[in-house]
Amino acid sequence: MLKVDDLHVYYGGIHAVKGVSLNIPQGHIVTLIGANGAGKSSTVRTIAGLEKGRGAIIHKGENILGKPAEDIVRRGIALSPEGRRILPHLSVEENLRLGAYIRNDKDGIAKDIEWVYSLFPRLKERAWQAGGTLSGGEQQMLAVGRALMSNPELVMLDEPSLGLAPLLVKEIFNIIGKVRDMGKTILLIEQNAFAALSIANYAYILETGSVVLEGPGQELLRNPMVKEAYLG
Amino acid sequence: MTLDMFIQHLFNALALGALYGLIAIGYTMVYGILRLINFAHGDIFMLGAYLVFFSTIAFMPAWVAALLLGLTLIIFYSTFVGFGKKPPVWFWAGVALAAGMGCYYGFIAPTSFAPPWLLAVAFAIVVTSAIGISVDRVAYKPLREAPRISALISAIGVSFFIESAAVVVFSGLPRPVRQPEAMVKPFIFSLESITGNADSLVRVTPLAIIVPVISIILIAGLLWIIYRTKPGLAMRAISKDIETTRLMGVSVNKVIAMTFGLGSALAAAAGIMWSLRYPQIFPYMGMMPGLKAFIAAVFGGIGSIPGAMIGGAMLGFMEIFIVAFFPELSGYRDAFAFILLIVILLWKPTGLMGEKLREKI
Repeated sequence: MLKVDDLHVYYGGIHAVKGVSLNIPQGHIVTLIGANGAGKSSTVRTIAGLEKGRGAIIHKGENILGKPAEDIVRRGIALSPEGRRILPHLSVEENLRLGAYIRNDKDGIAKDIEWVYSLFPRLKERAWQAGGTLSGGEQQMLAVGRALMSNPELVMLDEPSLGLAPLLVKEIFNIIGKVRDMGKTILLIEQNAFAALSIANYAYILETGSVVLEGPGQELLRNPMVKEAYLG
Repeated sequence: MTLDMFIQHLFNALALGALYGLIAIGYTMVYGILRLINFAHGDIFMLGAYLVFFSTIAFMPAWVAALLLGLTLIIFYSTFVGFGKKPPVWFWAGVALAAGMGCYYGFIAPTSFAPPWLLAVAFAIVVTSAIGISVDRVAYKPLREAPRISALISAIGVSFFIESAAVVVFSGLPRPVRQPEAMVKPFIFSLESITGNADSLVRVTPLAIIVPVISIILIAGLLWIIYRTKPGLAMRAISKDIETTRLMGVSVNKVIAMTFGLGSALAAAAGIMWSLRYPQIFPYMGMMPGLKAFIAAVFGGIGSIPGAMIGGAMLGFMEIFIVAFFPELSGYRDAFAFILLIVILLWKPTGLMGEKLREKI
């Protein structure tokens, strides 16, 4: 579905991503874990078209590296960005409609809005409230729901559990599982390594811009080095 | 002040305030998205007025009109569709029609372009809108990543350029505008029954009603676009977070171009109504209304559309009524707006409806 090959990203003089290669097969949950500054966000931001980089990002046989963000989402790759980035002055429903900006099928959009509401009933209660007035957890749900609204094949979620109460973290991970069961592919970025590894088919561990370890989620969960460094 | 005078001033203030509001919206929309004060906006207003009167009165050669229409078509198409795909038949048909008309009227049968009034207005608004989009593309788009001050300097440069070009093309002489008779023949209302005085008459020209009514219709249309359509949603989103909006598949440059197009169309409409009400046009006519509308936008809270409308209306009322109550101050008429600007900047820099500018995290 998506292959990242020897990706390098620079911010000014800083070499943030140093030759990362990923393979994201159709229908899988792939997770990137690592500490702050390991290059996880830079990697997904580059896939989403927000940063320039060197290397290759192959999607359906075509290198999409360097294509603008507004084209990437049209190819079925959506990003729920770090920090939620809800538009605070738009209502919940308008945020979702913005997520469906690339679509023109009115009925389909209405159906998908209802579907997102069924995933996150809390959002439905707040449909007409401004996004900025939601709690952190609700904003996170909205960010995930908004990314789903473009009807993507690949959803990239950047730290969807950041700053959430444990109960909500569980809920978000439940929903990530549900979305995978619908046949969508998920690239999940997490600091919560235990939860991410438990759900992921395959995982990559990043340290200072490079992949230091990779393998199926369950296997890494048992890896003593991972246990010590990430699972405490 | 007597009641009849008061009502008379009220009508004047309403029209002036509506016009300031229309222009102010253009400033505030562009500022809301780009954080740029588009100083060329007042000159766009002037071009709107000139285009109508050059086509109805001063007899614009028809080939010029054909050329302008053809260019407008190309600008709209390249901005909103793009030449990435092969343009459809209607596009080429339009360009060919414009070129054919241009050749015919230019070489074979030179004619003046003197369309009926309403058509001239539509022509002026469409062409002005395309000029607004071109200003963005030529002067601001290359500077999107540059420091904000660069775009501001560019805006001042564009303003001088348009004014000077207008002097060359239209000549610097002020030209009288012939007001259509039906628009200025006043209705006279007697207020005798209220004041008991046979002299208390209010004269209202149809124009004094038409100006605010059309302004309100245009603003309502704009609000509909902004709050009820998809491009409007994108405009509102971009004003807060460009990056996230791009992630949703919105092409930012198209939305910015649309903002300039809409703002310029409103400015053109305001320019046309302004020149009917104050019937004289000259290349620098946009300066003062432009500056005052900018002040109205700051007063209302720059970046806020309701703020621009309220700021425009209040500035219009203030200007008319200060002179009405203190006729000896009428020479200082233009100074009030600037005093207001200084007071606002000292006392409440975010304006009436403006939000606190928070640094983006």
